[in-house]
Amino acid sequence: MNQEAIRDKLASRFGEDVIQAAKEFRAQFSVTVRPAGILNVSHFLKDDPELAFDFLSFVCAVDWYPNTPRFEVVYQLYSTRHNHRFRIRTILEDSASGPAAVDSVTPVWPTADWHERETAEMFGIKFRNHPDPRKLLLPDNWTVHPLRKDFPLEGTEEHTPDLPR
Amino acid sequence: MPEIASQIAEAGVETMEINLGPHHPSTHGVFRAVVELDGEIVLNVVPHLGYLHRGFEKTCENKHYHQVIPLTERCDYMGASSNSLVYCMCVEKILDVDVPARAQVIRVMMAELSRIFSHLFWLGTHGHDVGAMTPLFYCLREREEIMNLFELTAGGRLMPTYLRIGGLIRDLEEGFPEKLRAFTDHFDRRVDEYETLLTKNAIYVDRTKGIGLLPLKDAVDLGASGPMIRASGMAWDVRKREPYCGYEDYDFDVPVEYGCDVYSRYLVRIREMRESNRILKQALDRLPDGPIRAQKAGVIFPPQEDIYTRMESLIHHFMLVVEGLKPPTGDYYQCIESPRGELGCYIVSDGGPKPYRLKWRAPAFVNLESLAKMSKGAFFADLIAILSSVDIVLAEVDR
Repeated sequence: MNQEAIRDKLASRFGEDVIQAAKEFRAQFSVTVRPAGILNVSHFLKDDPELAFDFLSFVCAVDWYPNTPRFEVVYQLYSTRHNHRFRIRTILEDSASGPAAVDSVTPVWPTADWHERETAEMFGIKFRNHPDPRKLLLPDNWTVHPLRKDFPLEGTEEHTPDLPR
Repeated sequence: MPEIASQIAEAGVETMEINLGPHHPSTHGVFRAVVELDGEIVLNVVPHLGYLHRGFEKTCENKHYHQVIPLTERCDYMGASSNSLVYCMCVEKILDVDVPARAQVIRVMMAELSRIFSHLFWLGTHGHDVGAMTPLFYCLREREEIMNLFELTAGGRLMPTYLRIGGLIRDLEEGFPEKLRAFTDHFDRRVDEYETLLTKNAIYVDRTKGIGLLPLKDAVDLGASGPMIRASGMAWDVRKREPYCGYEDYDFDVPVEYGCDVYSRYLVRIREMRESNRILKQALDRLPDGPIRAQKAGVIFPPQEDIYTRMESLIHHFMLVVEGLKPPTGDYYQCIESPRGELGCYIVSDGGPKPYRLKWRAPAFVNLESLAKMSKGAFFADLIAILSSVDIVLAEVDR
């Protein structure tokens, strides 16, 4: 199924209140979904027999600081049956109380478990209903989120000291 | 006696939590797993990663596009040229640049040599993990020949950093095709030798058949790719399904096994080495003449002769080194078939000289997620065999 057909199928199934935008660059399409609708869209993408996106390549986040809203979560999908790829992204709303949050897609694609754990610790995003929200790659006592754009590359002596205290 | 029996019944079962790693000869790097054991049976494996986390993605956000190439090679250091291949292809796609035919064929040669390189080391260390110490020394003999070939291209034995955005840094040395031809001529017989050591070895088959079962549905759910999913019955190879770099013109098979166990993954990787040798022979036969780098002023490095003779090329070269190339705004995901599975590079470009976001989809990281599922209920010694069949490289897992 080619990319335009997938985008049109998504747009016809979900209306304007779920699908925000669609973008194309170098023959790769990506569709922006509202964070509230991400689980419904994920279930549809996996269960629909024509789309059949059963393989999640990765989940990652992009930090658009100092723009608001700040975080964008990207999901790269692949269908092993139909051999087509697609990308959906969702722009998280900034929340005054607590970190930006989105539903975890582990009920749909269990492989998202580790991807979401890594994204959560690197950006400070909360994935609701995640089965195991521990830190994955970073030390357990770190309170900072390194991949954010306002975190310096060298780290800070206060939060990420060279020698353990 | 009855009191003792009731005491034993009341005492219940206490499980033991053992730490595997991070310093451990069988974990193939600094990998730590907390294993919950009931006697010898594994109840649960909880990996604790991050011991080799170097902040690769953040570092790449602070380097120019060309400066990222050596960093990518150090992610999966076993098959280094695959890493730079996927990264260069991603940037070339964003720039909309076509790589010339000669560079495509040489890139395929480097990618397949990396695949053989990686699988040979895997074979040696995997044999070591299950107790067969002999294959390792023979595999290292072959790897030495491949490292000599890598050294001929760009000087590095393990990480040659031979690829550049738009093609290659320079053409092949005199004598490289002949040396590669000599290697491919005798490599098939070498693989036969390795097979005589393990394939029908009763002890090896006993230790690996039926161990570490990963059914196909679980493999797809957990994101396994590469030899892991081909050993579970799915004939998915990115080189066949989404060809890149001219792979559609080569004649090779995709090995598939249906055992879903450690033995099947061994068979798949052995056959992949033979298929890679086939591709190398075809690449040598079809090596065309021509330039080894695309020409696009302002984004691709000009050829060396032009820099010495033409003013614009000198200026472009200077600006590229000092300021870096500036691709158009956009995002792209490029994936290839690395020795471990689907290796992907997702770049978000904001029009500046440094990648705004570079996400490295590491196959070893995702394949490791299925470790817990595969090893539930296995013996502890089998856990080591299962871990080695996943073929992890910690630099890729932790980035």
